[in-house]
Amino acid sequence: MDAGYGDGAVIIEAVAVRAVPERGARERRARLGLAACAALALAAALASLAIGPVTIPVEHVLAILWRAMGGSVAGPEIGLRESVVVLDIRLPRTLLGLMVGAATATAGAVMQGVFRNPLADPGLIGVSSGAALAAVLWIVLGASLAAVLPGVGLPAFIGEFGLPAAAFAGALLVTAVLHVVATREGRTSVATLLFAGIAFGAMAGAGTGVLVFIASDQQLRDLTFWSMGSLGGATWAKLMAASPFVLLLFVLAPPLARALDALALGEAAAFHVGVDVERAKRLAIAGVAAGAGAAVAAAGVIGFVGLVVPHLLRLLIGPGHRLLLPASAFAGGALLLGADLVARTIAAPAELPLGIVTAAIGAPFFLWLLLRRRADLFG
Amino acid sequence: MYEAQDIDYAVPGRLLLDGADLTVRPGRVTALIGPNGAGKSTLLKVLTGELRPKQGRVLVDGQDIAALGPARLARRRAVLPQDVHVAFPFTVAEVVAIGLPQGERAPHRITGALEKVDLAGFRDRPYAALSGGEQQRVQIARALTQLASCDGPGYLLLDEPTSSLDLSHQLMVVELARQVARSGGGVAAVLHDLNLAAMIADEVVALKGGRIVARGTPAEVLTDALVGELYAVTARIGTAPQTGPFLLPQAMTRA
Repeated sequence: MDAGYGDGAVIIEAVAVRAVPERGARERRARLGLAACAALALAAALASLAIGPVTIPVEHVLAILWRAMGGSVAGPEIGLRESVVVLDIRLPRTLLGLMVGAATATAGAVMQGVFRNPLADPGLIGVSSGAALAAVLWIVLGASLAAVLPGVGLPAFIGEFGLPAAAFAGALLVTAVLHVVATREGRTSVATLLFAGIAFGAMAGAGTGVLVFIASDQQLRDLTFWSMGSLGGATWAKLMAASPFVLLLFVLAPPLARALDALALGEAAAFHVGVDVERAKRLAIAGVAAGAGAAVAAAGVIGFVGLVVPHLLRLLIGPGHRLLLPASAFAGGALLLGADLVARTIAAPAELPLGIVTAAIGAPFFLWLLLRRRADLFG
Repeated sequence: MYEAQDIDYAVPGRLLLDGADLTVRPGRVTALIGPNGAGKSTLLKVLTGELRPKQGRVLVDGQDIAALGPARLARRRAVLPQDVHVAFPFTVAEVVAIGLPQGERAPHRITGALEKVDLAGFRDRPYAALSGGEQQRVQIARALTQLASCDGPGYLLLDEPTSSLDLSHQLMVVELARQVARSGGGVAAVLHDLNLAAMIADEVVALKGGRIVARGTPAEVLTDALVGELYAVTARIGTAPQTGPFLLPQAMTRA
């Protein structure tokens, strides 16, 4: 509805919508919802840049960003300190938060579509644990590897990408095994999926325990970070290393929207309407592993975002994946930045691990989801 | 023509189809009948391409469906599977729209398809809140939507399309299938109700134990002897002057 229409026009349009049901009200609400999610992500990003030990006015933040991009403004007088805080400390953290949140929520939405179940969250069913274990393996054994082969000496470039690549491989392995274990004749057993997730979580826990035992002090500090999840270590280098993997998810996911919609009818019906089911599943699993792996590599295990965001959005804008996937990305980014804001301000100057904040929000939601939908989740 | 030639299909320890042939012709309705476990649904699934036969091949207008790939096959035939469970809270219109080709959005066609199955006012209702029969009609509307996007008149493959429907909507399915045939499409339907099969079909194909045991017009196949042998019952088939053979369950006993 364009601005400037009078009330009469509003009524006429409302009547027209009812008389000609072709232009679904749901479609328009979904578009509005998508726009709202994008606005929310933008607002969260600005808040994340402005709020902290030093509060910087939003107009200063905008001016700093604008100048950094080469623009010139007559605007406010800005100290070097503010500029450094925004560009070197808060901007990488904010971008990493957006990226991790968007990747986690989108991976959740895609995974739930493939497994046809709203409980199929990468965090819940062991994909993130697999990624974390692989990342920990890389931290502990990668260093030993470099020590054993001093002559070779891994280039710094590979070192930077090694971590997300290892997490990606771990996530891919778990997702692929899960799919084989839990899916039989096109039907996924949710019980098997969740039990397999528990098994993977336990295995990853045991593996991490062994690695903690043999790790050095410095490595131990890095490892603690994995179990809690945090955006605290955000640097531009980390951002650059994770982004190709996240990009892979965002390239793979949107063309899968129709396939994921059709898969909601079951694999047979999806095939009937022309979906190459095996190909779609392979691409989806690769995308989920890339997104979840990169998120874990960059910020550790952050639970529940991939569960909560797509589920709430399905209630708000409907389950159609064409809009659900981008909306999940925006809302996931916004939620993660919001949680990070809480994590770093609630006990300032100390910082709460981000994973604790998302768990505090997500776990009760998960219980509510179970209570409300017991029947059809396991039916 | 949509042909299955000399199909063998087996699961471990059991041969479900044993040299089955089936031809679905444009402009005609073929009904598949037979007792439980005869292989009707399996044959239909082989026809759709969902199951790959151990031996034999399936051709649509002379092309092997294995070589066509899912997307092109979907432009030749539409399928109504047995009981479809829809994950996530999709609306009726959204479920029907899944029958449209990739990227196409045609709201008027969705409305039209829903009108055809007597669900005109249901488009924005959540699919999960419908009754079993209503859900089955939504799936029929989805299959009709896909059929309308096919290249040429296409083929419609129905697996027990009337299993949840009331009497009036069973007749609706008969009418819809006849309509598709009249406009040049080929229809194959697995049916349990022999009266319905007699009404809907130009050709009835009877299966037992994975083999085709009879094929022909309803009057040729639905005889006392054949129905008796097929289902292990003693049956007396009546013949109505206008509409052909009919069965009264009251006139049957288990053999």
